[in-house]
Parts: sequence; structure tokens; C-alpha cells
Amino acid sequence: MKILVFVNHVPDTETKVKVAADGKLIDPAGVNFMLNPYDEIAVEEALKTKQQFTGEVVVCSLGGETNKETLRKALAMGCDKAVLLKDAVIRDSFAVASGLADYAKEYGAEIIFFGKQSIDYDDAQVGGLVAEMLGMPSISVVVKLEIKDGNVVAEREIEGGHEIVHSKLPAVITTQKGLNEPRYPSLKGIMDAKRKPIEEKSIVSVASRVEVSALRQPAAKAPGKIVGTDASAAAELVRLLHEEAKVI
Amino acid sequence: MKILAFAEQRNGQFKKTAFEIVKAAKTIADKINAEVVAVVVGNSIASIAARLGGYGAAKVIAIEDARLELYSTTAYSKVVAEIAKQESAEIILLPASELGKDIAPRIAVKLQAGLAAGCTALVVENGTIKATRPVFAGKGLLDVTVTTGTKIFTLRPNVFTAGDSNGSVAEVEIRKIELNETDFSVVVKEVKASGGKKDVAEADIIVSGGRGLKGPEHFTMIEELAGSLGAAVGVSRAVVDAGWRPHDEQVGQTGKTVSPSLYVAVAISGAVQHLAGMSSSKYIVAINKDKDAPIFSVADYGIVGDAFEVVPAITSEIKKMQSK
Repeated sequence: MKILVFVNHVPDTETKVKVAADGKLIDPAGVNFMLNPYDEIAVEEALKTKQQFTGEVVVCSLGGETNKETLRKALAMGCDKAVLLKDAVIRDSFAVASGLADYAKEYGAEIIFFGKQSIDYDDAQVGGLVAEMLGMPSISVVVKLEIKDGNVVAEREIEGGHEIVHSKLPAVITTQKGLNEPRYPSLKGIMDAKRKPIEEKSIVSVASRVEVSALRQPAAKAPGKIVGTDASAAAELVRLLHEEAKVI
Repeated sequence: MKILAFAEQRNGQFKKTAFEIVKAAKTIADKINAEVVAVVVGNSIASIAARLGGYGAAKVIAIEDARLELYSTTAYSKVVAEIAKQESAEIILLPASELGKDIAPRIAVKLQAGLAAGCTALVVENGTIKATRPVFAGKGLLDVTVTTGTKIFTLRPNVFTAGDSNGSVAEVEIRKIELNETDFSVVVKEVKASGGKKDVAEADIIVSGGRGLKGPEHFTMIEELAGSLGAAVGVSRAVVDAGWRPHDEQVGQTGKTVSPSLYVAVAISGAVQHLAGMSSSKYIVAINKDKDAPIFSVADYGIVGDAFEVVPAITSEIKKMQSK
């Protein structure tokens, strides 16, 4: 099976957000980047799918030269081949999706995995955009997946429960925590990854449809009120919530 | 000009977001001299549709089809895109719920529209809608405009207030959209409800417990406090990773993003991953032994004390208040 997994190279969760000089982007100085945590789950599921059906797993990322670190990590986990779609400019979800969809089509992917969202811009839209661009079924926020004879049965997490979703391959799956436990790259995996190829391709540039006017830091919250230091503060807290905040 | 407001329903009942979306659409419509058309998709839903008038819908289009009883990514997105075209809607608002986030990108591609996802504010400046969306786990706010003719926005649930209905009843039109087999290439066959418990993503009050509670058995007091408030139980990631509670209760990055009116964090230190999921709550209460815990930096009210003593005391105070 031709299995494709898209990964994003994102600032570490612990990163302090500093706005760059242009006032629109994050200042990358001193920021550690990593494989998007949801994409790690996608990579794991891609590898499990390969174990089930044989075939190959191609990991693909769109961005600059530094995305190679994230591709290497995915290769170290066990992906067979990596593709970097080179684009130095940061674009909106639509422009990114369009580059990814073009590659997915060219490769002829039979199943495509994404993390359910990327933790940088938190759009949670790219998987759905790519699926629609390719005219493929998609199932998002998947926590359980079974594929048999080209049929897909997935469980997706929704508010207050789970949906059991049926579809057919080829399909796009976006992964949620709970689907699997991503493996740690083995030492051998890390060594092998150094020898695996990273193919570089350019993309057809598409204009963004969402224009950023500013990246701001949220206003710091005024210090809260410490109501007390033991159970005797309970009555006062309940009074404040009832009378001052009016939320209970 | 028309603004299309997607009113989400499940089992013939509107989600709270349905009213939020219609009201948000109305707020914008008033500023740009537009009209709000709401769309409801499902089966046997026409009877509830008129209620949306009370939140500002001039008209409601109800798409009824037995095959739409359960959700289908492909069919729902086709229906909404078709209605948007038929109505020449230039602005489409949907909730950033699991359903809204699932169909919005597909609708965007079908309509060649730009999409701003998960917005927490929409303002009109010189006739243009400026949207704000949290990024980088809530550590940044991005101000954006959509540059295409048709513009789609998904709005984070619980952030935009619907207020009370003004009692108006909207005109309801039942409309038919042709759907063939290929439109149902993805279908929900069954919905498994999580045992009737309140979901953090939809609750107005959440009481969350963290690793400081030392074991799953101590969540009884969290459940009791939540019960007294009609609240949902939430948890931090550490609690899920330890296997004490299910993942569907997890708040924060790799869990759910919530914006309740009241969020009570018990024995949760407030790692950035947790703050990412709850810092847009309207009021935050922190109960923690460690006065330096980061959770206090976002809290409106705090008690620096032992949760095992403080939480039962709060529960009994609430019951006392309620019995008055």
C-alpha cells in the first residue's frame, strides 16, 4: 500500500512566543522546533498500516530547510522515504494544503495520515482541505481505526461521545491522542535515518486567502485574589463566585 | 448581502453553538447591513428551526433527509455549500465544534473561499471583518482578514454569547438538495454517547482534577463538587497518562479546548499544555498547595491550600447556598 503521512515542524510547546520584527510572525530565535505531537500519532499509525498491508510509508513536510529535522525523526521512527516540499514563506492553511494535495496526487497515495491539528497555528483544517482538493473521503479526530478489504471503520471523538464512521480507501485520516502510543526511535532507527533519502521538491505557489495583520501577545491577566489558605476560605470563595463573578 | 449561519443540531436538538452562531452573525449583519439566513441540516428538524428567529435569523432553511439523520462529512458539506451558493451568501459562520471543523474546510474548497478557523473575536472595521484567533497554544493572538469574495469563519464554542431569545419566530423554508450515493462516501453509522455524563467541551462549568489528587479514588470529591454545580469533570494530561481517568475528559493540548464561564482547577499545577486548553475560560478558580504553581497566574480566585480539605468544604458551602 502507498501510505503517506504529512508532518509539521512546530515550536516546542514550552516556547515563549516572541513576535518578530514584522509584527506578524513568531521570532524563531531561541525557539526549539519539534515534530508536531499529533503528527507523531499519525506517523505511528502509518507504520502500523504498513505492518498490516506491506508497502511503503512516505513522510512529507512543507516548509524550509529546518523541517528536515522533523523528517529525520519520522524516518528514525521507521518511515521509508521523506519528501520536503520547499517553501520558505509561511502561508495559510489553504496554500499549504494545496501544495500537499499536489504531492499526494503525484505520489498516488492510497491512505493519507495527518495529525488532527498542528500546535502552532491550531487550524485543524489542513487534513479536510487536502481531502476535498483530492475528492477523497476523510475522517477526522480518529481514536480507533480498522482497515479491511479497502473498507475503513473509524471511531472519531466528538463532544459527549464517539462516532463510528464508515468509509472506503483511498481516504484521509486525521489522528487524535488515544489512537496509538507513538514509538520512540531506536538507536538503529536513528542510524538508518541518516542514510535514508530526503527528496526535495518545489511547490506551485498559491496565494494565501487569509491575511495576517498582526500577531499579538494576549494581555497579561491581572493577579487574581487569593481568598485564603485552608478550608475556612470556602464560604468566602462561594460568596465571591455567587455575588461578584455571578457564575454560580 | 447575506450571512449564512450554520446551526448545529444533534438528535433534533440544537447545540448551544447554534444560538451563538446565529447571534454572532446577527451582530455582524447589523454593522454591514446584511441579513442572517440560518441553515439546519438533519432529519425531522423543521419543527425546531423557527426558534433561531429569536437570536436574529431572518429566515431558516431546513434541509431534511432521512440519510442526514446521522452526520456525514461529505453530504453535510455539500448541502451547506449548495445553500451558500443558492443564497449567494458572502459570509458563512460555523461553530469550531468537531462537526464544524470537519465540514468547514470542505465547504471552503467547494466555494473557493478563505477560512479563518477557531476565532474568538470578530469585529467589523471599515466594513471588513477582522477575526482574532488564538495560536501557539493561546500564547499568541493572530488578527486576520479573509481576502476572498466568500469568507468562512469558524467560531470557538462558548466564547460568543447567545444571550436570551427575544421570542421572534423565523420563517422556515424546507429545501431539498439532491444527494446521490457518492455524497455519502463517509457516513456515521452509530453514535456512542459517553454514558450521559457532561462533556467538558460543552459544559458551562468545569471542575478539573490533577495529579495532585494522588489517585483515581480521590476523584469522588471532584465528582461531588461538579455534581453540586451541575458541572462537567475535567482532568489534566498527567491524570489520563496515569490511567486514572478517560481521555475524553482531558483539557488542554492533546485534549479539549474549553471556554466555560467557570473553570475550577483542583491540584493542577498549570503546565502550559493545560493552560492552552482552558485559559479563555471566563472565571478561573485555582486550588493548589503550591503558591507558586503557574495555575495561579491565570486564576481569578485562588485558595492556596490542601485540596482534600478545601474541596469538600466548597461542596458543602455550595449546598448550603442552594438550600437557602
